[in-house]
Amino acid sequence: MPDPRTAGAADAAAAARIAESAAPAAPHRAEDSQGMRYLESWPRRVVTLYVPLAAFLFVLLFPFYWMGITTFKPNEELLSREGNPFWVQNPTLAHLRKLLFDTSYPEWLWNTMLVAVVATFLSIACSVLAAYAIERLRFQGSRYVGMSIFLAYLVPPSILFIPLAAVIQKLGLFDTRLALILTYPTFLIPFCTWLLMGYFRSIPFELEECALMDGASRWQILTRIVLPLAVPGLISAGIFAFTLSWNEFIYALTFVSSSEVKTVPVGVITELVEGDVYHWGSLMAGALMGSLPVAILYSFFVEYYVSGLTGAVKE
Amino acid sequence: MTSAAIGTRWIDSRNVLGLLFMLPAAVLLLAFLTYPLGLGVWLGFTDAKIGRGGEFIGIENYQFLWGDSVTRLALFNTLFYTVVASIVKFVLGLWLALLLNKHLPFKAFIRAIVLLPFIVPTALSAIAFWWIYDAQFSVISWVLTQLGLIDRYVDFLGDPWNARFSTIAANIWRGVPFIAICLLAGLQTISPSYYEAASLDGATPWQQFRHVTLPLLTPIIAVVMTFSVLFTFTDFQLIYVLTRGGPLNATHLMATLSFQRAIPGGALGEGAALAVAMVPFLLAAILFSYFGLQRRRWQQGGSDA
Repeated sequence: MPDPRTAGAADAAAAARIAESAAPAAPHRAEDSQGMRYLESWPRRVVTLYVPLAAFLFVLLFPFYWMGITTFKPNEELLSREGNPFWVQNPTLAHLRKLLFDTSYPEWLWNTMLVAVVATFLSIACSVLAAYAIERLRFQGSRYVGMSIFLAYLVPPSILFIPLAAVIQKLGLFDTRLALILTYPTFLIPFCTWLLMGYFRSIPFELEECALMDGASRWQILTRIVLPLAVPGLISAGIFAFTLSWNEFIYALTFVSSSEVKTVPVGVITELVEGDVYHWGSLMAGALMGSLPVAILYSFFVEYYVSGLTGAVKE
Repeated sequence: MTSAAIGTRWIDSRNVLGLLFMLPAAVLLLAFLTYPLGLGVWLGFTDAKIGRGGEFIGIENYQFLWGDSVTRLALFNTLFYTVVASIVKFVLGLWLALLLNKHLPFKAFIRAIVLLPFIVPTALSAIAFWWIYDAQFSVISWVLTQLGLIDRYVDFLGDPWNARFSTIAANIWRGVPFIAICLLAGLQTISPSYYEAASLDGATPWQQFRHVTLPLLTPIIAVVMTFSVLFTFTDFQLIYVLTRGGPLNATHLMATLSFQRAIPGGALGEGAALAVAMVPFLLAAILFSYFGLQRRRWQQGGSDA
C-alpha cells in the first residue's frame, strides 16, 4: 500500500531521478496532474482520454447489451444473417415465458438466493467473532491464526472440490442445499475475516478500555461498541460474500445433481443446453435474469463493494 | 491476590475467550478446508474411484499423468492461458486505471459500471460469450463480413488456436475491471503534489509515469497481480462453459481436466493428483509475483510488511 509516510523516501528518490533525467528545455505538460488540467488542450484530451475510455466501456458492456437484446429477439431473427443484428425488429417475450414456466428456473433462483443469503449470514457471524478475537482479544498465537486465515483465502476451490466431494458424500449431504451452505464459507470466512480485521483495527482501543472500566463484558463491547462502529465493514463483507456465493459454480456443479436443488449458474449451463440445439433466446434470458439480482444489489452498494475489494487487496 | 495472579487470570480468560470466539470459524474451516486439503493430497496417492475408497498406490498417478499427453497439453494450455491473459490484463487494467484517475464527468458512475463484468456470475457472462463466438451467427463475424475484412465466418471455438485466444479474450474481459479498480484505488493514494513537483522540474508525462506513478504503485501491483495470476491459473468456469476443454483438448486447463477425470470420469484419485499437481505452480507464481515485485519496496526505503 503506497502509504504516504512509508513512501516518502521513495518519492524523494523518484523526484531526484526525474530532476536528473529531465531535459531543461522540455515543455511543461501535466496530463496526470489534476491541479494543472487547464493546460491541456481539448483535442488532445479527446484522443488520449475519451476515445480509449469509450472503447473500454463499449467492450466491457457489450456482452450485457447482447444478453439483453438476444433475450427479446424472436428465433427467426436470431438464426438469420440478414438484417441488423444490433436491434430487435419484433421483440418477443417467448424466451422469458419459456424460461419461467417451462423450466425449473424459478426454483434455481430461489435456491441460489437461499444458499447465498444463509451462507453469507453464517460466514459473517463466524468472521465477526474470529476477526474480533484475532484483532482485539489478541490471544496467544493470534498472529499466526491471522496469517493462516489469509493463506486459507489463497486456496482456490478448483483444487478443493474433489476431496470436498468425498467429504460431502461421507456426511450424507450430497445433492442438498446444505452441502453448498456449509462449503461456501470455506472461501467466504477467510475473505470476510480478513476484511473485518482491517475495520476492527481502525476502531480506537480507548473506546473498549472505557467500556471495560465501566464493567462491560467482552460480548457487550463487541455488540454495543465494535459492531455499530464497523457497520460499513459489515455491509462491505456482506455484499461481497453474497455476490461470491451467487457466482459460485464449481462446488454447485459437483455437489448437486437434481434439478430442484441446482443454483442458477449450474442450472442454466446443465439444463438449458439440450444436445446440439441451443435455445439461445432462453439461455440469454437465463443469463440476464441470473445476473440482474447481483447487479441491482451491487448498484445500491457500489461504494461498499469497491471499498471491500480494494480494502482486502491493500491490507 | 497478587498482581501476577491477576495477570495470569487475565491472560487465561483472554485465551479462553479467544478460543471460544474462534470456534465457529475454526470448525467450518478445519472440516471443509484443511481436512479436504489433506485428503486431496492423500487421494492423489490412491486409486480411489467414485463410490469406493482407494488403495495406496504411491506415486503411480503422478507417473501416469507425467506420461499422459493430454495432461501435458493441459499444462501447456494452463501456462499459456495464465501468462498471456495476465500480461494483457495487467496492461489494459493499468491503462484503464490511469484513464479513470483523470478528471472526468460522471466519474463515480463510470467506475461503477466498469466493475460490472466482475460482479456478474462468470458462468452466465460466459454464455453471452458463447453466443458471441457462435460459429454460424457470431456478431463479430457479422461485423467483420460487413466491413469486408473476412468472407467466411470465423470458427472461434472450433479451431484449437482460435479457441485458445477466444477463451483468453473472455478471461481478459472479466479480469480487467478487477485490476483496474484495485490499481485505481492505489493511484488515488498518490498525492497530486508529486506530479506538480515533477512537472515543474520539466518531467514529461512518460517520465512522470515511469518515475512517480510506477514506483509508488508497485506494492499494490504485486498484490493485485498475485491474486489475478492465482485466479487465472485455477480458472474453471469459463472453459467449462465455452468449450469443455475442446476442441481436441486444446483449451483444457488443469482444473477442467481434473474435473473431467474425477467427476464424470469417476477417477477421484487421478483427478486429485492433477489438482495437487497445480499447487507447486501456484506457489511458484505467488512467490514470483509477490516477492519479485515486493522486493523493490524495501529497496526504496519503505518498510517491509
